[in-house]
Amino acid sequence: MTATTDFGYNSKVEGEVIVSRADAVINWVRRHSVWPMPMGLACCAIELMAAGGSRFDISRFGMEVMRFSPRQSDCMIVAGTVTYKMAQVVRRIYDQMAEPKWVVAMGACASSGGMYRSYAALQGVDRIVPVDVYISGCPPRPEALLDGMMQLQEKINREKSLGGVFKNRPVRDLSFQKK
Amino acid sequence: MTAQIQPILEAHPDLTERSSADNPAVNCPQGKVLEVLTYLKEEQGFDFLCDLTAIDHLDVEPRFEVVYNLFSTQRHEYIRVVTPCSGVTDPICASVVSLWGTADWHEREAFDLFGIQFDGHPDLRRILMWDSYPYHPLRKDFPLAGIEVDFPSEELMEQTGARVKAAPMAGGPFHASQSGSILDREPRGADESWNEHNEKTESPESTTDIPGDLEEGQ
Repeated sequence: MTATTDFGYNSKVEGEVIVSRADAVINWVRRHSVWPMPMGLACCAIELMAAGGSRFDISRFGMEVMRFSPRQSDCMIVAGTVTYKMAQVVRRIYDQMAEPKWVVAMGACASSGGMYRSYAALQGVDRIVPVDVYISGCPPRPEALLDGMMQLQEKINREKSLGGVFKNRPVRDLSFQKK
Repeated sequence: MTAQIQPILEAHPDLTERSSADNPAVNCPQGKVLEVLTYLKEEQGFDFLCDLTAIDHLDVEPRFEVVYNLFSTQRHEYIRVVTPCSGVTDPICASVVSLWGTADWHEREAFDLFGIQFDGHPDLRRILMWDSYPYHPLRKDFPLAGIEVDFPSEELMEQTGARVKAAPMAGGPFHASQSGSILDREPRGADESWNEHNEKTESPESTTDIPGDLEEGQ
């Protein structure tokens, strides 16, 4: 006969109390209610919209609340070509978002300039904002976006969430500035 | 072709027929352009300005030409009028905003990208590039990759240290071969010996050199 151990929460034994780490709880909350800011600049935004529809259903991951106000969102999805003229707008919207905040570079253009090797296109949005997840594709399929967002969830889960609770977190270093 | 524009050529002896692969086209001297276009609109019924653009011939005199593509909504005919601009580095052309309202943004675009000053335009500002941008990118002596300049926003430059830089062309612009198996027709640059990691060896005819006379003198 095999002994079975009940790993579930037993309220009678544990007295209605759950013990956990603050990081685990806070990150659990954060990663399952990412409110994206759809920074739709080109055709990637069409795939972003498809990801919000019933077929792909981004709400399975708690991300369906697309907010067009930076004050109400915490993950900027840069979907499309960032021109130099638009760069200052992208940066300002990023600055207006409340911490903690993340940035997803969706597609080739936002990640590296893509096929736009020209005088007008910013060669990767990571030159002006710190990017957490890059999604390849031109444009990426909605599945790729969902996978990228799941990678972001993994990343949020590994963060030290308490570091910035009592004070504003400094704006993270941009990769190109570290050279 | 000539038969269609014969009455126009007779009414305006300054016009000459211009070789064209599709629609009838005429060359018009710069001084007469407003008069000729007014005539075409009022008396020949070319009431719709499809497009207004410019051509840079670089080493040919005159260097810049402005092209008007007109359409008649009554006769369903097209005509193209081409006029040379006076001036080499800062070309000047008469504005036709008084004839067609749509010319406003078209002329702003031609000013932005070719640097053509439209005399009589009500609001000649850049339309695509930012206001402080010093060059005119569609001129033939402007490299496709761009030239390093300041960002339009000083605030952004202070925060990030980023500047508008020449794009890494890595042998581009990229072309797909027009012949051979489709398997070998991946778009490729003309010179793939250099990329982000291997510096390009500078050659005298490097296209990223900044021509001395490219600075805008407006």
